Amino acid sequence: MASGRTLYDKIWDSHTVDILPTGQTQLFVGLHLIHEITTAPAFDMLRENGFKVAFPERTFATVDHIVPTDLRTRPFLDAEAETLIQVLEKNVGEFGIDFFGLDSDKQGIVHVIGPQLGLTQPGITLACGDSHTSTHGAFGTLAFGIGTSQVRDVLATQTLAIDRLKVRRINVNGSLPPGVYAKDVILNIIRKLGVSGGKGFAYEYGGAVLDRMSMEERMTVCNMSIEGGALVGYVNPDQTTFDFLRGREYVPKGEAFDRAVTYWKSVASDAGARYDDVVDVEGVKLEPTVTWGINPGQAVGISEKLPRPEEFPDPDGARKAYDHMGWSPGAPILGTPINVAFVGSCTNSRLSDLRAAAKIAQGKRVAPGIRALVVPGSAEVKTLAEKEGLHKIFTAAGFEWREAGCSMCLAMNPDRLQGREICASSSNRNFIGRQGSPGGRTLLMSPAMVAAAALSGKVVDVREYLA
Amino acid sequence: MSNDSKITNVSGRAIVVRGNDIDTDRIIPARYLKEPTFARMGDYPFFDERFDAAGKTKPHPFNDPKFKGASLLFVNKNFGCGSSREHAPQALYRFGVHAVVGESFAAIFAGNCVMIGMPTVTVGEREIEDLMGLADSKPETSFALDIEAKRLAYDGKSIPVDIPETHRKALVDGSWDSTGMLRANLDKVKATAAKLPYMTGFRS
Repeated sequence: MASGRTLYDKIWDSHTVDILPTGQTQLFVGLHLIHEITTAPAFDMLRENGFKVAFPERTFATVDHIVPTDLRTRPFLDAEAETLIQVLEKNVGEFGIDFFGLDSDKQGIVHVIGPQLGLTQPGITLACGDSHTSTHGAFGTLAFGIGTSQVRDVLATQTLAIDRLKVRRINVNGSLPPGVYAKDVILNIIRKLGVSGGKGFAYEYGGAVLDRMSMEERMTVCNMSIEGGALVGYVNPDQTTFDFLRGREYVPKGEAFDRAVTYWKSVASDAGARYDDVVDVEGVKLEPTVTWGINPGQAVGISEKLPRPEEFPDPDGARKAYDHMGWSPGAPILGTPINVAFVGSCTNSRLSDLRAAAKIAQGKRVAPGIRALVVPGSAEVKTLAEKEGLHKIFTAAGFEWREAGCSMCLAMNPDRLQGREICASSSNRNFIGRQGSPGGRTLLMSPAMVAAAALSGKVVDVREYLA
Repeated sequence: MSNDSKITNVSGRAIVVRGNDIDTDRIIPARYLKEPTFARMGDYPFFDERFDAAGKTKPHPFNDPKFKGASLLFVNKNFGCGSSREHAPQALYRFGVHAVVGESFAAIFAGNCVMIGMPTVTVGEREIEDLMGLADSKPETSFALDIEAKRLAYDGKSIPVDIPETHRKALVDGSWDSTGMLRANLDKVKATAAKLPYMTGFRS
C-alpha cells in the first residue's frame, strides 16, 4: 500500500494555519494575483470594515479582462471599462499594491504574467479571482480560482477558508503524434472524465508526455482543469521547471536560487505517493481535437463524426448543444465553415502558441471573409514575438496583430462575435454567449488548428499543413 | 460573529430551471461584470435567455409570473460550472433566490454561495424530478429547507438533503462571512508564513 505524500498533501500541510470551527482549513496564500474584474467589491468591503491588506508585498495587480486590444488610448471608448480600470488604479494606490498597468511592460493576462515574471513558483499556494488560476499549477503550485468574497478574505488575511481535496493522478503515457498539442491533451482528458468529473479532486498530471512538455505546454494543460470540474491542477516540478524560472525577475538569484531548487524538489510527490484515483491516457491515440458543443467536454477528434445524443449520459444536454450549434449528429466536424479565428487567451497566448500558429500561417493568406485575430498574452510575449518577426507573418497573412489582453475569450472588450458567427478559438470555453453574442458559436482547438482554419475558412486537419 | 448572521432555514415557493451544466456565463453574461459593485446584479440573472437583443421578453422561468417571488431555486447537475464570478450567486440572491436545491453544483459556485450566506443543497435525480414537477404544476407550493436538520419539507412530506458539513456549520453557526473568523487568527497566519522558506526569499 502506497504511503508517500503527494505535492498536494505537502503544500497543503505546510500552509495550514489552523482548522476552523467549521471544519474548514485556514490556508495561507503565498501569492495573490488580482485584476480589474473580481476585486472592486472586495476592496469596498475592506474599506467598510477599516481593514488593511495583510500582506501587500505578496499581492500583485494587472489589467487584462476589459482592456481594448486595438486602441488603448485613455479614456477608453467604453465608459464602464474606463470606470472599472480607474477603480482598480485607485484601490492599488490606496492599499499599496504593486500594479502592472497598461503603461507597464509587465502588463498582460494575469495567468501569463505570473509565470513570466517568476512570481509563480513551485511549493507555494496561489489565489486569484479567476477560475483559470489552475494554470499556475504547471509549476507545482497549489493555485486556486476564487470568488470576490474570498478575494476579500485573502486581501484582509492572506488566507482562505477552504476544504481539502482528493488527488487524482492522470498519466498521459507514451508520446504525442505530430500535429497533436497540449490543448488536444487537455480537451481529451475533459472529454474522457467529463466536465464535472473532477469535482472534489485536484488533478496531478504526469506521465511521459507531461515529462517532455515545455512549461508553456504544461500551463495549457493545467489551465483547463476547471473545465473538467477540478479546482486545482498541477504538474510536479522538475528540471524543466527550474530551467524556466532561473533568471526571471522575482526568482531568487545565486545561492538563494540553489536553496530554492532544494525546496522546490522537496515538494514534488513522493515516488510511492498515495492517490485517491489514477487515470491513464495514451498519448499516441490522440488526434487534433475540436469541440462541437456548448461545453469543453463535447469534443471530437478531427477524423470523427459528431456523436449521437444517446451516446451521452445526458442526452438532453447533447440535444441542447445541437440546438444551439445548428448541426446534426453523424456529420463530420471536418469542413465546418467558420467566420472568425481567434488565437489568444490564458490557455494559448504564449510565445510557443504564437510560433505554432505562425508556422501554419507563414506565406499563406487568411481565407476571404474571415476575421482573424492574434492577441498575445502579455506585453512581453508581444515584444518577444515581434523580435522573431511573428507579427509580420501574421499581418502578411491577413491576421490582425493586437495588444495583450483576454480579448475574445470572454468578450468583455470590443472584440466579440456578432449574431450567429462561428469562431475557431484557442480559448477555453465554448459556453453559449461566451464570446459576446448570445447566438455565437465557439469551436475550441489548438492555436495551430485555429490558424489552419483561418487559412481555409473551415475546420481542417492541421496535419495537412504540417506535411 | 453575531447571531443574526446564522442561516438555519429558507422557506418559500420555488422556481425551476432545468438542464445540466448550466454555466455562470449563462447565469450572468460577462458584460455585467464591468459594474464596480454587485448592487444591480439582481436585474441580470439569465439575461440573454430572458431577453432578446431588442429587450423583448423570451420565455424563461425567471420571467414566468407563476414563479414570481420564489425564494428557492431547483436545478439539475453541475449547476454553476465555469467562471468563478461571484456575480452569478449575487445575481440569483439579489433577484430573490436564497437557497438552491440541485443534483450537484460546481465547486467554485457552491463555495461562492456559502460566502454570501446562500445554501446549496443536493438531492438525488428522482427527488429533484419530483420537486421540479411539483413546483412546475403547483407553483403555490411552499418548501421549507431546514439547513440545521438537512431536511426539505413540503406538501406534508419531508425528505433528506445533503450539504457539505463545513458549509452546513458555516451557515448555521453564522461564520459563513469568514473574514472575522480568519482575522482572529492573524498571529497564527504570521507564524505559518514565517516558516515558509520563500517568504524570506530563500535567504537562509
